[in-house]
Amino acid sequence: MSLKDNLHKFRVKNEGKKWFPVFSGFHTFLFMPNETTHNGTHVKGADDLKRTMNTVIMALIPVLLFSMFNAGYQHYSAINGFPKDFSLMDHFLTWDNFWIGIVKVLPLVVVSYVVGLTIEFIFCVIKGHEIEEGYLVTGMLVPLIVPVDTPLWMLTIAIIFGVVIGKEVFGGTGMNILNPALTIRAFLFFAYPTWMSGDKVWVHDAVNLAGTPDAISGETVLGYLAQNKEFSYSVSDMFFGFIPGSVGETSAFLILLGGLFLIFSKIASWRIMVSAVAGTLVMGYIFNGVVDAGWITETSKFYGLMSLAGWKHLIVGGIAFGIVFMATDPVTGAQTNKGKWIYGFLIGFISIMIRVFNPAYPEGVFLAILLMNVFAPTIDHYVVQGNVKKRMKRLKNATILPKADDGKAEELKVETV
Amino acid sequence: MGLLSKKDTNLILDPLADNNPITIQVLGICSALAITAELKASIVMAVSVMFVLGMGNVVISLMRNIIPSKIRIIVQLIVVATLVIIVDQVLKAFAYELSKTLSVFVGLIITNCIIMGRFEAFALANKPWRSFLDGIGNSLGYGIILVIIGFFRELLGSGTLFGYKVLGDPVNKTGLYATGYENNGFMIIPPAALIVVGIIIWVQRSRNPALVEEN
Repeated sequence: MSLKDNLHKFRVKNEGKKWFPVFSGFHTFLFMPNETTHNGTHVKGADDLKRTMNTVIMALIPVLLFSMFNAGYQHYSAINGFPKDFSLMDHFLTWDNFWIGIVKVLPLVVVSYVVGLTIEFIFCVIKGHEIEEGYLVTGMLVPLIVPVDTPLWMLTIAIIFGVVIGKEVFGGTGMNILNPALTIRAFLFFAYPTWMSGDKVWVHDAVNLAGTPDAISGETVLGYLAQNKEFSYSVSDMFFGFIPGSVGETSAFLILLGGLFLIFSKIASWRIMVSAVAGTLVMGYIFNGVVDAGWITETSKFYGLMSLAGWKHLIVGGIAFGIVFMATDPVTGAQTNKGKWIYGFLIGFISIMIRVFNPAYPEGVFLAILLMNVFAPTIDHYVVQGNVKKRMKRLKNATILPKADDGKAEELKVETV
Repeated sequence: MGLLSKKDTNLILDPLADNNPITIQVLGICSALAITAELKASIVMAVSVMFVLGMGNVVISLMRNIIPSKIRIIVQLIVVATLVIIVDQVLKAFAYELSKTLSVFVGLIITNCIIMGRFEAFALANKPWRSFLDGIGNSLGYGIILVIIGFFRELLGSGTLFGYKVLGDPVNKTGLYATGYENNGFMIIPPAALIVVGIIIWVQRSRNPALVEEN
């Protein structure tokens, strides 16, 4: 007898027990249940919620691995200076770098999953529901969107808040209005701003070394731009992600690959991604136009960010990560196709607006996505109503004309509008 | 037979829990969000509302038979406004710092829905003594929620209670702060109060399912 059959027997025997959802959660994570429906016609899809979640996690794994190396690379580069002739194998993919990743990034992932899943399990046992898979992706996203030195107890509190207030009170996975991962980040940002912004937190140890002779800078590219300062990162550094930032947001290249994978596997909406990129570019180039027209001077505090070429906005900061992995969340995003275009476009547009005009903290992607999460149902409502109206008009214009020759039979003529 | 009959006692006790003006009737939320960042301000606000509502209920109840019903709202407003001005002046005279913290929200007691609500629903139809008890009961129910919110927001947000540093000194890193604990800045801003109110409502209704509304 195979393991699968044994598990199924065990399942049948213990159905209805208090802890059953816990077993069921693990069981269906590994196997498709043996049960089938008996009546009616069904279309069976292989991509249930767990498989969907796994696909997103697969897209995130390269980003996670890269970020583990990058945590070490940024740490040592901040101390010793960036290597002159950079070679990927000698300077980046080293054991020393990876060790920093294991020590600093891996605990974030572990804490995120342990805390989040514990809450999820507790709620499912109380409610007597099946375990919901929603936290699988959230748990991977959370460590990737926080600074590398975030204290673990803060992360724990934020995750408890985000999962309970952001998701469970609305009824669990699929019922939430706001993206739970971003709720967690927003909570951290407003609760502990010193750990979520500024020029120290983005590189490991910069906070501890502050004020000592060994002090190192952890300023992000956006931070330099917001202060109209020069920085030494090249475009390829920014694109491939050898820059400081939140753990997993830096590598636009790997995020792009993940995004293509998600589009190819039809998990994430390409409409949202494309329109969000368009929104970003439009806002970016509007600001460039303002600079070119000479409407603001070089001494203006917005000059640095406004003069950044429109397309470069896509490769610095968290916008690439936000567009690919956050905005496309099928629960909190817009559902209608037309709505997705509007929703995505506004995310890109507003992100760059907040990024440029918020002097204290030059990053607005998470705020823009949360804002649009709130508006997504409204957008959908008007798209649906618009469609209803269009069809009503088409119905009204449909006229029934008598046939010219005998007048008895009637012919339906539909005017399409 | 004491001073209060059973019916009278209920007037005070009901609004504390099962008919709480904030968590059940969902009135007076605005001030509960605005001034509960400190425990002291919450208590002063609760006492001010208790004064205004207790006295106001008595005054309205005394006048209930001579107020023409067409202009009763205006009469009620005048009574509230008079009482609020008294509170405001007293605070300015004896607790100036606190009155600056509470700022406009003392004046806004006038618009607190609980007050107009009790005038309309109770004082206009009941005798002065019962109206007084009802006013005290409702303002106590309001006050309790304010104090609970104020307690959590001040403790978690500033690490103090009544201004005393109960969790240690965040600057010199003593007490709990020595372990790396930090104040939660989120609790300082008004949205946190909304979430605390929400949690109170959640806890209350899951303990007593009879309170859950049909929808």
